[in-house]
Amino acid sequence: MSTEAGAVTFQHVFKAFGPKQVLRDVSFQVQPGETLCILGRSGTGKSVTLKLLMALLKPDQGSIRVEQDDITRLNEKGLSKVRRKMGFLFQDAALFDSLTLYENLALPLRRLTEKTEEEINFAIDKVLGNVGLGGDKEKMPAALSGGMRKRAGLARALVLEPRILLADEPSSGLDRITASEIDELLLRQKAEYGTTILVVTHDIHGARRVGDRFAVFDKGDLVAFGEVGEIERSENETARKLVSEE
Amino acid sequence: MSTLIEFAGKVSLFGFRVIIDGLRPPFEGAQILRQTAEIGCKSLPLVIAAGFALGTVMTLHTRSTLVTFGAAAMIPTVQALAFFVEIGPLVAGLLMAGRVGSGIGAVLANMRATEQIDGIESLSIDSFKFLVVPRVVAAVVALPLLTLFMDFAGLLGGFLSEFTSSKISFALYIRRAFENLELANFVAPTAKTAVFGFIIGTVSAYFGYTTNRGSEGVGYAATSSVVVSSLLIILADVFLVKFIFFVFPETAL
Repeated sequence: MSTEAGAVTFQHVFKAFGPKQVLRDVSFQVQPGETLCILGRSGTGKSVTLKLLMALLKPDQGSIRVEQDDITRLNEKGLSKVRRKMGFLFQDAALFDSLTLYENLALPLRRLTEKTEEEINFAIDKVLGNVGLGGDKEKMPAALSGGMRKRAGLARALVLEPRILLADEPSSGLDRITASEIDELLLRQKAEYGTTILVVTHDIHGARRVGDRFAVFDKGDLVAFGEVGEIERSENETARKLVSEE
Repeated sequence: MSTLIEFAGKVSLFGFRVIIDGLRPPFEGAQILRQTAEIGCKSLPLVIAAGFALGTVMTLHTRSTLVTFGAAAMIPTVQALAFFVEIGPLVAGLLMAGRVGSGIGAVLANMRATEQIDGIESLSIDSFKFLVVPRVVAAVVALPLLTLFMDFAGLLGGFLSEFTSSKISFALYIRRAFENLELANFVAPTAKTAVFGFIIGTVSAYFGYTTNRGSEGVGYAATSSVVVSSLLIILADVFLVKFIFFVFPETAL
């Protein structure tokens, strides 16, 4: 596996929580501009994979590269620089509940960029407009519906214009139409900005729409990796079942 | 026993990190101001009401005893010394352990459970400096100020109680109250509440920030914050009083 060209590279990554081995010898690479959908049954290490990539967790063994940087060898300052390249859409959006939607988005812009208040306003209006929340910026997170919260979380993940977007179950708990709107937003992000996207999902219909390649986890092992046709022909039964639309 | 030692070690390291990160730029001025206002202003009614009630009750209790010994004129002095030296600082500390400690513990634990802390980290913001340090600094700053309000509210409660019994004038009450009060009686005990603030902030933030028990952790963090910080405040008070006597021997009554 090449370690030079990938936007994201996992090499022989192990992670355990106490006696439970969550990831076992996981290796894969995601190319720049590609969308990888991570599939698997609950508790098989999908969300942990994203959190390892964002360095919110540390692997027990192995290396994780974000572009050229091996994040397992970086200190906090180095990690901070790498995190700037990535945006994270959390499962429940993880908006700061004491701040308005506008302040949620303004916080990273004020702290991490040299933008003036006018430029911050413009950037927030643009990203909120893109996710269809232009008129809701003064609302508190508690006043947003489930679908709006997901879109707000996506807006926050995108406000720093990341090169890599990590989305943890972006359509969970949403109706089919709202989930489809989130998929559209991911597709548009990729088409317009060439963003590399890693999506953890249980929604195979959405995954087939947005995904270029698929990684299937089962009991901590990466049991299949490739395009949908390859997964459908995989020897692993769990992988075949997970990509099946039936 | 080993669990207790492990816990003490972890909280101490957490507190040490608060000090190091608190002294390391960039400083979270806006967050500190916000938290100080949150802790200070919102606790003020509770502290004033508690101080006033306690002052009234204390005078009611001490009056009968002092009158028996013909020392009714000493009531303002006793009241002032008791409040400024011990009751004000300790009760303010314990009240804040309940109100502020549970708040800090629950808020941070909720932020942990709902991945808001991970959200902050994912935005390249140091969550410890952004969430923990300002809360501890705010508790350190707010507690001495709140103690002053409690002291004076207690004195006012004592005056009103005494006024209803003896019709003493306010000017005379205040003159007698401060007649035997040295500056060291006032400054050192009030300053020691900054240590109480550090204990409340650090212990509560520790329970909230480090929990990994999901929503169940919110209740646990809130309860543990109050229990442990109250206990530590009482224990710390013993050592701080000895320390004050050592540094200001004239304050030992």
